[in-house]
Formats: sequence, C-alpha cells, structure tokens
Amino acid sequence: MLTETINKLKILAGAAKYDVSCASSGSNRPNTGKGLGNAAPWGICHSFTEDGRCISLLKLMLTNYCIYDCAYCANRKSNDIRRTTFTVIEVVELTIAFYRRNYIEGLFLSSGVIVNPDYTMERMVQVAKDLRIKHNYHGYIHLKSIPGASDELQQKAGLYADRLSVNIEIATEPNLKMLAPDKNYMSIMNPMTTIKNKIIENKEDRRKFRSAPRFSPAGQSTQLIVGATPDSDKQILSLAGNLYTNQNLKRVYYSGFIPVNSYDKRLPALAEPPLRRENRLYQADWLFRFYHFSIEEIVNDNHPDLDLEIDPKLSYALRNPWLFPIDINKASYETLLRVPGIGVKSAKLIVVSRQYNKLTTENLKKIGVVLKRAKYFITCNELKMPTVNEISPEYVRKALLSDNVQAKNNNKSKLYKQLSLFP
Amino acid sequence: MNLFIYDQSFEGLLSAIHDALETGIVPDKIVSTRLYQDDLFATKFDIATDLEKSEKLWDMVRIKSSKQNCERIYTAFLSELPEIELVIYNYIKLIINMPYNTEADFSNDYVIKINAIYRKVSREAQRILMFVRFQKTVDDIFYASHDPQYNVLPLAVKHFKNRFADQKWVIFDTRRRFGYYYDLHDVREITISNKKISFETGKIDNDIMHVSEKLFQNLWQNYYNAINIRERKNLKVHMQFLPKRFWKYLPEKDLIKNRQIENSIVTVE
Ligand code: SF4
Repeated sequence: MLTETINKLKILAGAAKYDVSCASSGSNRPNTGKGLGNAAPWGICHSFTEDGRCISLLKLMLTNYCIYDCAYCANRKSNDIRRTTFTVIEVVELTIAFYRRNYIEGLFLSSGVIVNPDYTMERMVQVAKDLRIKHNYHGYIHLKSIPGASDELQQKAGLYADRLSVNIEIATEPNLKMLAPDKNYMSIMNPMTTIKNKIIENKEDRRKFRSAPRFSPAGQSTQLIVGATPDSDKQILSLAGNLYTNQNLKRVYYSGFIPVNSYDKRLPALAEPPLRRENRLYQADWLFRFYHFSIEEIVNDNHPDLDLEIDPKLSYALRNPWLFPIDINKASYETLLRVPGIGVKSAKLIVVSRQYNKLTTENLKKIGVVLKRAKYFITCNELKMPTVNEISPEYVRKALLSDNVQAKNNNKSKLYKQLSLFP
Repeated sequence: MNLFIYDQSFEGLLSAIHDALETGIVPDKIVSTRLYQDDLFATKFDIATDLEKSEKLWDMVRIKSSKQNCERIYTAFLSELPEIELVIYNYIKLIINMPYNTEADFSNDYVIKINAIYRKVSREAQRILMFVRFQKTVDDIFYASHDPQYNVLPLAVKHFKNRFADQKWVIFDTRRRFGYYYDLHDVREITISNKKISFETGKIDNDIMHVSEKLFQNLWQNYYNAINIRERKNLKVHMQFLPKRFWKYLPEKDLIKNRQIENSIVTVE
C-alpha cells in the first residue's frame, strides 16, 4: 500500500463525497466475543469537514469507471476524468486500519457500474463479507445497492451490511428518464421493495429463531437531488412521505444540486447550490418524522413549495393562526410540538415539569423554549401577551425576519443557527 | 462562614453532604483539599471520608429518585467546576427533603442547574468517543492522547473496551496526567513517565511508532482533504462542531506534518 493507494483514495473518496447519506445510526451490532468493533445505535461523528458535515464513515467508491451516463454525475462515462478501481483487499485494509485508530464508525461503499450491475455488486458484497468473516469486524457497513443487480446479490448484501440504500436521485419518473436514460424507476424501486420484504421477513425469522442472521438491521435509505429538475417541494416531499410509510425507509436524504457538468444543457445553470432549500426540506422531513405533521400540512396545492425565508413550522403556524394561542399548561404533547420555538426536547420537559407547578415564561426560558418566537403562539400562567391573532401573521413574520437580520448583523447568530433544524 | 473540606473523592463529598444534612449545619462552601486555601474567618470542618455514610446517602438518593439521577449527579461531579460541591449539596438536599421525586421538575432552579452541568459533561465525554485518535506503536499498542475540559475519561472506558476488544490500547488524559490501559483482558489506570510521548502534540516518538503508522495518518489526511466540498465551505459551522481546542491531537488538522510526510512518503515501509 503506497503512493498508488494514496492516489486511488484521493480519486475514489473525492468521487463519493457528493453522496450525503453519512449517518451511521440505527444499528445495534454488539461486539460478540473478542472481535473488532460494534455499531453504536446513535452513531458517532469522528470529524467534520470544512463545510460542517459529520464524518462518520469512510465513504468510498469501489470504482469511478461507469458504463452509464447520468447527467448530474461527475463520474458519467462521457466525462474525461481520472479513473481508477480499488481492489477488494485495499478497501478492506483501509477500513480496518482507520477503524482501529478510531477515525471512523465504519464503511460506506458505493460504486460506478462496471461490466454489468451483478458484476459490480458482487465485488461490493465481497468487501463486506471479507470484513465480517476474515476480520471478525462488527463495525458499521453501508452498501449502496446497484440498480439492476439480482435479488440473490441484494440478499447476500443484506446479510453483511447494516444498511442498504438505493439512490432515487430524481423525484419524478419523466425527469429521471431525461437525466438518467440508463436507469428506470423500476430498476430502483424493485430492489427497494425486495430489501423491504427481506427486512420484514427477517424480523419474523428472528422472532422465531433468535439465532437467525440479521438482515440489514439499520434498514434502508435513499437520496434525492434537489434543484436539478423543476420538481416542486410537494413532489419531493410526497415521494419521501410515501417512502417512509410504504417502503419503511429509515432516512431520505436531500442533496442540493451541485452543477458538476455545466456543459450539459439539460441541467439548470445555478450560481450556487440550493443549500437553503435543502435545509428547508430537511426541516420538513423532521416535521413529518418527529413532529406529527402530515406532508399535506407542510406542502399542498396552495403551497407547493417551502417558504425559503422562514422555516416550515413557522410557515404552517402563520398560515393557520386560528389554531393558536395554545395553553402551555394544558395542551397535549402533539399540540406543543406545533408551536414555533418549542422543540421535541422542550415539549417533553414541559409535559413532565407542569405536573409539579404551573409554568411561567421564566420557566419556559430555562427549559429551552425560544420565547422570541413562541410568545406569539402561547399563553401560560401569566398576563396575556398579544398573540398572532391580535397582531396578524404578517406582522409576526416581519418581526421574526427582522430579528434574524439584526442577529446576523450583530454577528451573534452563527450560520449554524439558521441551518440548525429547530427551533 | 461554614467551610467544609473533603479529600476530593466523590465518596468524600457524599460524606460531607451527609454530615451537613445530619447536623443541620449549612455549608457556605465545600472545597477539596486540592483547592483549599486557608481562610482565617471561616469555621472549618475537616470531613473524613466515610464509606458507610456515603453509601447510606447514595442509597437514599437512589430510593428517593432513580438510578439515572445518581448517574446525573456523579457525572456533574466530574465537571470539577469550582462551585460544583455546593450545587450537588443543594440538589441532594432538595431530592431528599421533597415528599415526591423532583428530578424532572424543570421549574426548579437546582434541577435546571444540575441538568445543565450534566449535559456539558456528557457532551465532553461523548467527544472522547469522537476525537480520540490512536497511534499504533511497535508493540502493537494503540495509544491516544486526549485533553478533556472535564474529568471524563472514566466515563469513556466502557465504550472503548467493548469496541476495541481485540487490540491493546491506552488513552491518556494529558491535562490530569493519568490514563487507562487495556491489555486484552482488563482495563487499568496508569500514569506515564517516559519521554516517548509529547503531551503538547499528543504524538508518540518515531522510534516507538509502528512502521505503518505514518502511512495511515497520511491516508487519513488525504481522505479528509478529498471529501471536502469547496462549494459548501462553511467555517463557522465547522468550528462549532469541531472546536479548535481539539485540533491539536487530530492528524487531519496537522497540516504542517502533512506536508512533511508528503515529502518523505517514499521512504516509509
Ligand atoms: S450510475 Fe452512478 S456512477 Fe454511473 S453515471 Fe449514474 S450516478 Fe454516476
């Protein structure tokens, strides 16, 4: 392993970096006996890139050669770039060496398609198998299934991997056809369904026989590119909601489109990647998964796109002012979650604390409620303050927006704040 | 002013609180022998650590609240904050005197305070799991320096013992000058006296470094640089997640060294 490996690593890590699904959470693989590693159910970030992304996994492509020509991809066959291929041993050794030094939680392996989908997938499965069997490795493994690979290989992959994913990339079928002519919806959805059914089947088996091997215990995930096509947020989020509900997906990742092939006229010319929209989509996704919102409440025919200026929860509250104010000392947990400025943690603390005493705004502040936002939407055990109904949604919107601007000018609000999920 | 002095152990602090509660003498300050400075005007109480007393109090706290609450208190103690003893005294007093379990009453300032400290210390403990970087030695021991703000190494031992069950490792707290050594069977507390490790850079000397070590550090640095997306650069967020005080022991932040290795790479192995 020498200069050659270093060069391969540079190329194949660089090629994999646009895949944002870095989370390593959701698997609980104990270290049985005296092997190497375990998968912590909460996932651990070991470092952070300069753009603030969590580095948890060694994210590599097995090869960046590809027989396909997807418009949005830097590795498409018509691009004239440096290409190379890792051997199975190289990937295995890198993973083990990095893992032993506590650099990473595990491996995320994707690949360009070489020869045919089965050929490619087989080598990826070999990496996972060697790690588990030859090296007694219990750390995290995420494999990106190759669309079109056989059921048998998907099955094998799921036996060694903690998570499998198939990237959909483009939310609507006609646009996928246009940008990725070699792929079709079926070749993506079929493996997803296969994996889903295997996971369900496996759960049954494990209920009956506790020794049955696990199948993709951390479930499956996918990625959608945002801003490469004119698809609306409603189309994107409806698909996501559908995937969570019907395909039991664990995560849907949204990736702001980065124009890597600016020569391709099928793609829009963007001055910069739509990071704000990407962030709003993640917020909406959270509302759906953790805040008991339906997709229809977040985006619908009247509001097909998310408001870029304000977060989707505030936007919902301002569109539905008649639902407020709510009484902090009486409202249900689900209702509390709908208040801008109250997150999951503070909602939980409110519910337990109000059993002891009626809560005041002072208490709320200490619990972590962002009163600056919440005050327009709540009443508590105190004198009434003017709420969104008395002073109008437009006013609240302006007030909160100018707060943001001021904070930014004071340089106090770090960008992190804008990009953080909630409050 | 009532000044309680204890031996800086957790059991010592519990003994002090036990005495205070039993005698009804309210401490204005509880201080460990390590930080104690003579105070002419204080009424001093030298507390002898008494395992029976401390255990009795600890059991009572657990019965009146929960096991998690005990964990919370112990974790807060590891913060070593100057006023932590009094915070714990007040909190335990509250827990014991209330007719019902008050640990979740976030309208109470003592509850808020202990939880805030608990969160800070837990985050610091979590950061050990994140930012520890092992270097392999010629004896196949994986060594890591760490410099935590709070005394959190004890909280991390279990994680590393589970995860790296098949390799010998050392994690050393360079600020408090003690560490833990796992020999494939047990974990032991150790101190390090030899000069083969620089506590400043966290690095082990070249002559005890495994031949492959620099190569893998270099690969890691290259990986770190390769996955950066320039279009998305955002240093403010970066610093928030990866505070500068941790950079000194991270190979991926070691740019100067990076360059040196690049030049010498051909000679490795
Ligand atoms: S199949 Fe994957 S690697 Fe190949 S061009 Fe399409 S997106 Fe890129």
